[in-house]
Amino acid sequence: MGSGTSIGRVRGLGSAHHGAHHWLAARFTAAGNVVLMAWLVVSFVMLGDFGYANLVKWLAQPIPATAMILLVISLFWHARLGLQVVIEDYIHDAGSKFALIAALNLATIGGGAFAIFSVASLALGGQA
Amino acid sequence: MQQRPLSPHLQVWRWGPHMLVSILHRVTGDGMALVGLAVLVWWLGALASGPEAYGTFQAIMGSPLGLFVLVGLSWAFFTHLMSGMRHFVLDIGAGYELDVNRMWSIAAPVIGVVLTIAFWAAILIRRGGM
Repeated sequence: MGSGTSIGRVRGLGSAHHGAHHWLAARFTAAGNVVLMAWLVVSFVMLGDFGYANLVKWLAQPIPATAMILLVISLFWHARLGLQVVIEDYIHDAGSKFALIAALNLATIGGGAFAIFSVASLALGGQA
Repeated sequence: MQQRPLSPHLQVWRWGPHMLVSILHRVTGDGMALVGLAVLVWWLGALASGPEAYGTFQAIMGSPLGLFVLVGLSWAFFTHLMSGMRHFVLDIGAGYELDVNRMWSIAAPVIGVVLTIAFWAAILIRRGGM
């Protein structure tokens, strides 16, 4: 590492190999969304009755509760990745971009945590 | 910055189906991220909060405006699903021939609409409404 040109200072240091991580994570969560949303769409059609008692009885069962929690994780993760790209594409001021992505992280983690807690409380029978 | 030349911008291109399906993918995805996830969180939270809170959810989402939002979200989902499938194919390096690309750019949103109609038809039939 010399004090030469800018390319000379970084040449040979190697790549972090993280460049494609965001892109790949969007694809992996997309695949998760396809599987889990297929489950949700079929479940909605099979349910027929969307009243409180029938939905709670359905969602408190182990497989629907697990699938719903996984769906929440996959959807919120995918949505976070997608909205991040939109912010990066359209917001050019560095400070606003930082603030919006920070707000996006709080909203997705907060919303996801609340949704997961709601499913868990139904499944474990601890209604408020 | 103001004095620097701009590259040819959005309005100089003639619209084609591949441009429509591209922006539809972003619009439907962002729409679901902002509106759909809010409805999902409200739905699960209302169920966990008890019959009264769920009654409020049902009353609002069962109103004409609420149903319009739900139908819109389902359309956004099926459209985003189909344009996302198109992306998976493009990601493996296939489907870039002009005629094939054009065909799937038109087919993806059309199949999205067909799936939306099929979904609501199935819901209504199961509920015994039709």
